[in-house]
Amino acid sequence: MDAVRRRKFINGFILVLSTLAALFGLMWLFWILGTLLYKGLGSLSLEVFIGNPPAPGDNTGGLKHAIVGQTLIVLIATLIGIPVGILAGTYLSEYGGNSRVANFIRDLSDVVMSVPSIVVGTFIYAIMVKPAGHFMGIAGSVSLAIMMIPIILRTTDDMLRMVPPELREAAYALGATKFKVIKDVVYRAAITGIVTGVILSVARIGGETAPLLFTSFNNNFFTLNIFQPMASLTVTMYDYAMSPYKYWQQLAWAAAIILTFGVLGANIIGRVIAHYKFKK
Amino acid sequence: MARSRGFWADWTFGKVAALSAFLVVAILVALAVVLYGESKLAIDTFGVWKFITSKVWNPPMNKFGGAPAIFGTIVSTIISILIAVPVAIGIAIFLTEIAPHPLRTPVGVAIELLAAIPSIIYGMWGLFFFAPFMRDYLQPVIHATLGKLPLIGHWFQGYTPGIGLLTASIVLSIMILPYTAAISRDSFKMVPDVLKESAYALGATKWDVMKDVVIPYAKLGVVGGIILSLGRALGETMAVTFVMGNQPVIPHSLLEPATSITVTLANEFTEADTDLYLSSLFYLAFILFVMSFLVIAIGKFVFLKRVER
Repeated sequence: MDAVRRRKFINGFILVLSTLAALFGLMWLFWILGTLLYKGLGSLSLEVFIGNPPAPGDNTGGLKHAIVGQTLIVLIATLIGIPVGILAGTYLSEYGGNSRVANFIRDLSDVVMSVPSIVVGTFIYAIMVKPAGHFMGIAGSVSLAIMMIPIILRTTDDMLRMVPPELREAAYALGATKFKVIKDVVYRAAITGIVTGVILSVARIGGETAPLLFTSFNNNFFTLNIFQPMASLTVTMYDYAMSPYKYWQQLAWAAAIILTFGVLGANIIGRVIAHYKFKK
Repeated sequence: MARSRGFWADWTFGKVAALSAFLVVAILVALAVVLYGESKLAIDTFGVWKFITSKVWNPPMNKFGGAPAIFGTIVSTIISILIAVPVAIGIAIFLTEIAPHPLRTPVGVAIELLAAIPSIIYGMWGLFFFAPFMRDYLQPVIHATLGKLPLIGHWFQGYTPGIGLLTASIVLSIMILPYTAAISRDSFKMVPDVLKESAYALGATKWDVMKDVVIPYAKLGVVGGIILSLGRALGETMAVTFVMGNQPVIPHSLLEPATSITVTLANEFTEADTDLYLSSLFYLAFILFVMSFLVIAIGKFVFLKRVER
């Protein structure tokens, strides 16, 4: 075989291989989403959304406690994470700029972002659950917030730095204080980007289980008290999937499909906003 | 005075923003200090080297050694990287060079969707669907092929109940695939078109361009991406908890059940009944924290820093 044909052959071979790699990746996606739809859709019913937690061996009951718990835990995490994350991102972009301190904080924030989520859970266990003597919903929120802050910080920082300096200078020239410039000019210009970042960070932490295992734990009763152990979809799913009862396993799949669609939905909304915002 | 009110709002906002930024630093410091403090008892009892190398994990006898968990974490991470990296680079090549333009966005988004699926879903799917598939279909294939290899054959010879070290590693590799693929694709995209066009003008094939222009140019970014995925694999919990088996032993074969740091933590943390038991679990968490810190630091500051410049 001459050199040209050999090169063409190798080229073709590699192209086929990488196409196969892409198909291989897609195969897992379809397999996982397919089982989820197959097992999950069949177990969805109105009872699942409004029913009280089932007793062992019982064939009725639903996930109301876990759905409400999950929503509450994520909501409180978001309420803690948004202000801290946005303010910290603002500091880095507007006050820190390219200084060494700001860059150092950016690096450390990236490190916090990649701390294993279960380690965050053990940390919160040590500082909140152990002193209090019992698991509580709010501890779960705090550990999710810790995972959320660096993500929001990063997107806010990036988005604010994309705002052209001329806009700020024009506002300063009118005599505005720094706070006014940030509040009325910079934030207004970057709001879509910041909102996208927040939505994507909610999608990212919404499906986390590991940080909740030792913090909000689980509760087989409906509760709105955030200082008590609180059920979440993820931990409930973990317990039910491992249980011997058929009906509980079925509920675990129902929880799985509710959670996945919630998380994927938030993710897709975030992407669509980002797409339309930055297409121009 | 109106003016002084504006001043105070300005001053307060600046201070609060600075405080929030330093809170991130405080969180990291507090994490390290608290984890160290909680594991002090176990560190004093077992020492560092003895804990890492001791294979005995026996809660009723109050004997705790970290070797099985650390072994499981490192081995599952390495295997998942070995599987995920070639596939991810293949996907990146497909997405940047081969796929027809209308296909690029949908396929790219579909691969990224894999990253958006919560890890517990991977775990459940792994337990109920992939583990039986592994036991009934893949196991005979592995015995007949990899098990026959010289030197490393015995790693693939044991029997699996479906869950085990290799099953967990494969599930893990699917989980990190989208990250590695996305970072490789972005690094490939950063290669200037002029460079590629010059090579094509000289008569290079697509593979020649990939091999001699794109990959050398994007090398650092890809390696950095691989290291970041490695950090992710180290700390992944739910996907492996379901399928690892939670056996605190160093298995003879990759097919057998084992454990890892995250699996041990997820299964035993709330059951720890003595101070020493809990402290040993914190010790494992601390070791995992240090491992992931080192990996991220190397990936970020050694490889990706150079890319940015």
